[in-house]
This record gives sequence, structure tokens and C-alpha cells, in this order.
Amino acid sequence: MNQSQHVSSQFDEDLGRLRTHVLQMGGLVETQISAAIDAYTTGEVASVKTIVETDRKVNELEKAIDDDCAHIIAQRQPAASDLRLVLGISKIVTDLERAGDEAKKIAKGVRRIYEAGHLPSQYGVGIRHLAEATLTMVRQALDAFARLDGTQAVSVIRADADVDVEFKSIIRQLITHMMEDPRTITTSIEIISISRAIERIGDHAKNISEQVIFVAEGRDIRHNKEAIK
Amino acid sequence: MQTHDSPQLKAEARDFNFFYGQAQALKKINMPIYDKKVTALIGPSGCGKSTYLRSFNRMHDLYPGNRYEGEIRFYPDNTNLLSPEVDPIEVRMRVGMVFQKPNPFPKTIYENVAYGLRVRGENNKRVLDEKVENALRGAAIWEEVKDRLQDLAPNLSGGQQQRLCIARALATDPELLLFDEPTSALDPIATGAIEELVHELKKRVTILIVTHNMQQAARVSDYTAYMYLGEMVEFGKTDEIFIKPKDKRTEDYITGRMG
Repeated sequence: MNQSQHVSSQFDEDLGRLRTHVLQMGGLVETQISAAIDAYTTGEVASVKTIVETDRKVNELEKAIDDDCAHIIAQRQPAASDLRLVLGISKIVTDLERAGDEAKKIAKGVRRIYEAGHLPSQYGVGIRHLAEATLTMVRQALDAFARLDGTQAVSVIRADADVDVEFKSIIRQLITHMMEDPRTITTSIEIISISRAIERIGDHAKNISEQVIFVAEGRDIRHNKEAIK
Repeated sequence: MQTHDSPQLKAEARDFNFFYGQAQALKKINMPIYDKKVTALIGPSGCGKSTYLRSFNRMHDLYPGNRYEGEIRFYPDNTNLLSPEVDPIEVRMRVGMVFQKPNPFPKTIYENVAYGLRVRGENNKRVLDEKVENALRGAAIWEEVKDRLQDLAPNLSGGQQQRLCIARALATDPELLLFDEPTSALDPIATGAIEELVHELKKRVTILIVTHNMQQAARVSDYTAYMYLGEMVEFGKTDEIFIKPKDKRTEDYITGRMG
């Protein structure tokens, strides 16, 4: 990534602010995800409200960042690494916002399970582990973005494959549960959608990492498994 | 530099050096010019891009002390444009030029376009009429001037004058057109008209264009060369240069990171 400064210091400031806002937004989404995981294990249903409120801030940031991207394109006509940064950011914020939405889904699912008088942690052993793995992915993806570190981005993409395997095994487990005891079906379905949401967060972290590689190295590795081997 | 999927060559600079007296302005330029494509030359002021452009029609011959080294091969006949045996007047018949500021002759619109043909000895009125019309149509200005061909050219607007100069260059059916910042004196609408024209023209002629406007290079060209301090730093497909340049100096220039 190009570290030297633009002739226009205003342009440097604009890009710097854009990056800071993305990291701010990422920080908020991280707290949403980790609060959702906590709610799942502890039954702290009150935090659901906070997660929903944070989501509003995340949505606002997404719109503000997109707006800033449009302004920079209109005013500066960025090229090369600047162009890739602006394009990448505009996609990264979409994935961040959707990851936040998934955290909200998890929180709401957890609340429904507790309100029905069940304990989610009795089901789906390994969900917490899965959730923590995806949270780490999101953190590392944001970290890779902050440093424009393509190598770290690649390791996040690799981690997504493990998350997918784990997700499938949780689903198999839940199906067995439901067959053994049909009374668990309602809660199990709820937990399936929670695990699905967790798995989706991993996918968003992967997408973010793909954009980081595009920004840092100019390679578009989407839909190309060979590219990261 | 030519690979299997590259288009045909129209010209090619080979180890081309140029000197203004003792001062070396161009250093060992190697670069292909592909047939019926637009190639943009970009770089900061004084990098040698205009010097390079002007070498293609031997304009430097006009001043004593200027010296060429190396070759600019011109295809399909594979002549070296710079060879002393090659007549610069012949070169200029095949290589047309359009300058930064429109420079119509103080003559009528018709005579501006017919001039090059008359110099060539063409005096048949019917042939001249036809060629003048074709050139004016080719430069997308026919509809605006067809009823006033006998008006003086300097009375046209700046954008029209520039298109007239393009028509004048087209009249002799050149194979290569050189544009030296053709829109820097024009407003955005007239600029748009010239860019549109460049797009049309490349169906029949190869174009080499010097521009300071990076977006213009990105819009109109198929290939871009970045020059700096008399050297050709990077040549490549325009898309690649503007999204992922290989050389840090190119990157710095097109992203505005240089003073």
C-alpha cells in the first residue's frame, strides 16, 4: 500500500477519515457479536436491547461511509490504490452491516428461547466455540484492513473453511436431537437459525478479507479457491 | 513486448534516444504503438512526452542541433521514420498532428481542409469537394459547417476550430494521428465532443495522445505509457495502469502523490 502523501493534504485527510470510520463501525459490530454470544451463554436477555440499539448506529455509519465514498469519487476521481481503497471500503461496510444484522438475529433468537423457558446452552454443544471462531475472524479481518495486510486476510479466508465444517457438524447433532425427542424441535429450529447466523458472520469476515486483498494487492480472489493456496 | 493476444503493431520505438543539443530529453524508449488503438502518454511536465510525440512526424528536424538515436519503426512497410533517407514531408503525410491550441489557417473552412491535398498536387474540384466533406464528417463537424464552408475558419468557436484541425489532419488519410493535449484549451462539452471523436476515429486510424488530464487518458485510451524524466517507466493496458500499476512511480503520479 502506498504510504506517501498526496499533493492535496485534504485528500489524505478524507481517506484517513474514511478508514477511521470503517474501523469504528467494525468495532461496533464486534461488540454486537460478542454481546450476542454472551447472551447465548448467560441468558443475559437485557443485552438484546443494546445490540438492537447498536445496530441503528451501525446502519447510520454504513450510510455515512457510503456517502463519503461517493463524495471522494466525485471530487477526487481516485485511481490505483486510492480507487481500490474506496471501492473496497464501500463493499466492506456492506458486509459489516450484514454481520451486525446476523448478531441481532442471534440475540433475538436467544431471547425467544429463554422466554420459552429453555436454556440454549443445553443444545448444540460447540455453538459457543463456533461463535468465538467467527468473532476472531471478524477481528482479524478488521485488523488486516487496518494494516492492509494481505497475508492475514488470506488466513481469515482459510479459517472460514473450518467454520463451515463445524457448522455442518452442529446441524447434524441437532437433527439427531430432534429425531430422538420431537419435543426439542421448536428450540432446535431456533438454534439452527442461530448457528446459521453465526456461520454467515464467518462468511462476511471472509468477504471483508477478500476486499482487503483487493485493496492491498489489486488481486480479485473472489470465487477462486486456487488464488489463496 | 508483443504477446500472442496483442493487436498488430502500427509503430514501435526501439532504443530511442533524443537530444536537444547536449541535453538528452529521451532515454532509451522502447514502446509499441498498436494499430487502430489509442495510446495515451502521461507524465509530469518536462518528462519528454511531447518531445516523444513530435518525433513521430519529425518535427524536431526543423531546429538545428536536435538529434535522434535509435529507431521508430513504422508498419506495415517497416520503415524507420527517423532515418535520414526518409523524407519528413512523406512522414507527415502519413502521420497527422493536432496541437494543444486550435491553429486553423487564416483561410476559409474549406481551404483549411483542402490545404494538405493541394500541397500534394490535388486540384480536381470534384475530388477536393469529396475529400473535404469526408474529412469534415470524420471530424464530426460537417453538420455545423456545411452551409458556411467559405466562412473564415478563425471565426469558429474553439471546440469547432479544434475539430476543424482534426479534419485538416484527416484529409490526407493519415495512418497515425498525434494529439498533443488536444482539449486543454476547451470547455467540458467541447472536450466531450473531441473524446467521442477519438473513439470514432480509432476505427480507421491509430492514435497517440499526450494528455495532462488523467481521467481523459483513462476514458479514451486502450494503452497508457507513463513517462518520467525522459524515461518510459511503465507501459500497459489502460485498465491495468489505472487500477493496478506495477511501478510505484506510476502509482504516485496517477494518484496525485507527487509535487
